[in-house]
Amino acid sequence: MDLFSEYGSAILEAFGLTLRLAVFSGVFSLLLGVVLAVFRVSPVPVLRWVGAAVVYTFRNTPLTLVMFFALFGLVYQLHIYGPPEEVTLSLSEQNFWMAVLALSVYTSTFVCEVLRSGINTVQLGQAEAARAIGLTFSQNLRLIVLPQALRSVLNPLASVMIAMIKNTTVAVTIGVVTATGVNEASGQMRTMMENEANQIVLIFIIFSIGFMIMTLPVGFLAGWASKKFAVIR
Amino acid sequence: MSASVLYDAPGPRAKALNWIYSGVALVVLGYIAWLIFSKFKETGQWEGEKWTPFLDADVWNNLLIPGLIGTLSAFVVGSLLALVFGFIFAVGRLSDLKIISIPCGVVVEFFRAIPMLLLMFFIYFMQPSLGFTPTSIFWAVVLGLMLYNGSVIAEIIRAGVHALPKGQKEAGATIGLTQGQVMRTILLPQAVRSMLPAIIAQLVVLLKDTALGYVLGYSELLAQVKQLDVNFHNLIPAAIVVAVIYIILNTILGLVATWIEARTRRVGHTAGPVGHADDANIDVNAPHLLNEEPPTKI
Repeated sequence: MDLFSEYGSAILEAFGLTLRLAVFSGVFSLLLGVVLAVFRVSPVPVLRWVGAAVVYTFRNTPLTLVMFFALFGLVYQLHIYGPPEEVTLSLSEQNFWMAVLALSVYTSTFVCEVLRSGINTVQLGQAEAARAIGLTFSQNLRLIVLPQALRSVLNPLASVMIAMIKNTTVAVTIGVVTATGVNEASGQMRTMMENEANQIVLIFIIFSIGFMIMTLPVGFLAGWASKKFAVIR
Repeated sequence: MSASVLYDAPGPRAKALNWIYSGVALVVLGYIAWLIFSKFKETGQWEGEKWTPFLDADVWNNLLIPGLIGTLSAFVVGSLLALVFGFIFAVGRLSDLKIISIPCGVVVEFFRAIPMLLLMFFIYFMQPSLGFTPTSIFWAVVLGLMLYNGSVIAEIIRAGVHALPKGQKEAGATIGLTQGQVMRTILLPQAVRSMLPAIIAQLVVLLKDTALGYVLGYSELLAQVKQLDVNFHNLIPAAIVVAVIYIILNTILGLVATWIEARTRRVGHTAGPVGHADDANIDVNAPHLLNEEPPTKI
């Protein structure tokens, strides 16, 4: 198959970039999602409102628009990297980190909602017992409620992460490329479909399999982990 | 469990502390707001001519309304097709005939596993070789929306049928209905009623995903942000206005879903548990939609 001899390394590079996007966005969205969830259940009203407002805004805005705004708004209009003439970041780094920012913020709102539904599954007696022995809100949350909540939401959390991996394709909106100019997976697929009009089905199958290789292990891992760490009641 | 059991009703000391935390949070928020404000000011985002176009009827008539129509027509056609697709494949996957249920299962699982943008690109580039010329961006977007969201809706309906008490199917069989009749007259109507909130919540996802059309060059709301920027150099105000339009549209859909959820809980007409309006948004495994406990609204 000459498709592989011609594009093999570019396909690998494209999926490498997609994977890098997914790993960074995964880590940041989990961290930010936990913070948002803590905000949303905290005793401080202002924090609850902030959490709710952030979640509401980003859940109801298309990721494409968030991604678009991150590059064309934050970078080109608001100069968040500093004035354009002083920015030392390369174009590829600049776009990469804006895609990570957009994906992380967008995904974190879904992580937050999953965690919050997990907190709802923790039995009332657990939190009551924690309060009865004199734990504070933060001790209660850190030691008693969140660990159990996390263990009960491994599956839905994995669904959010799988959706995030698929959503890395939206990065094509702002043209995320490697240092050598290779697009992430969806951009690379588009390029190949434009150039090899008679092999479109094969190209589609290759990229579909590529995404399944990334998403299936997440699902299996979550399935295994949710059994292993199930909260026994 | 509601959030309030995480902490006791605040006493005098906790109340004072909460005030202090609120104060600190407000100061930090104020600082962030000031940072944004001054950044806007520094780059000239507050200039009147960037915002006045939105007071001009021509701007709405020539840019924003056509964009909105583009978004809504993809949404309406995409939703209808996704509902039909979801119905057919839910019934197919529930069939007792393996020759029908297995292929339907494969199709549903495949389209749920593939990024929608890849589907849209594929449909777009496939059209010429299938003889559909000129290539239609609209159908690439709409069919992409249908295949993914239809598969999710199929799973939601299937989960709804599975959640019905076994007695429903058995009672139908006992009075001599055929399998098809049981499905049509007993299981599906109840499953759809109980899952309607979750189905509408999935339509919110579909509405947001119409923005992917921008990548293919479909003329919808997001594309108009670019047009506005070309005409008035006001990308940030344009993006904010369009984001607000999306949020309003989704809020309306969300309210409909919540209203139907409340109504179904009140009126019944289904033996199954009522799905939640909030949950489908996260592209979850269907069983999660069925948690008996409604999500806490704080």
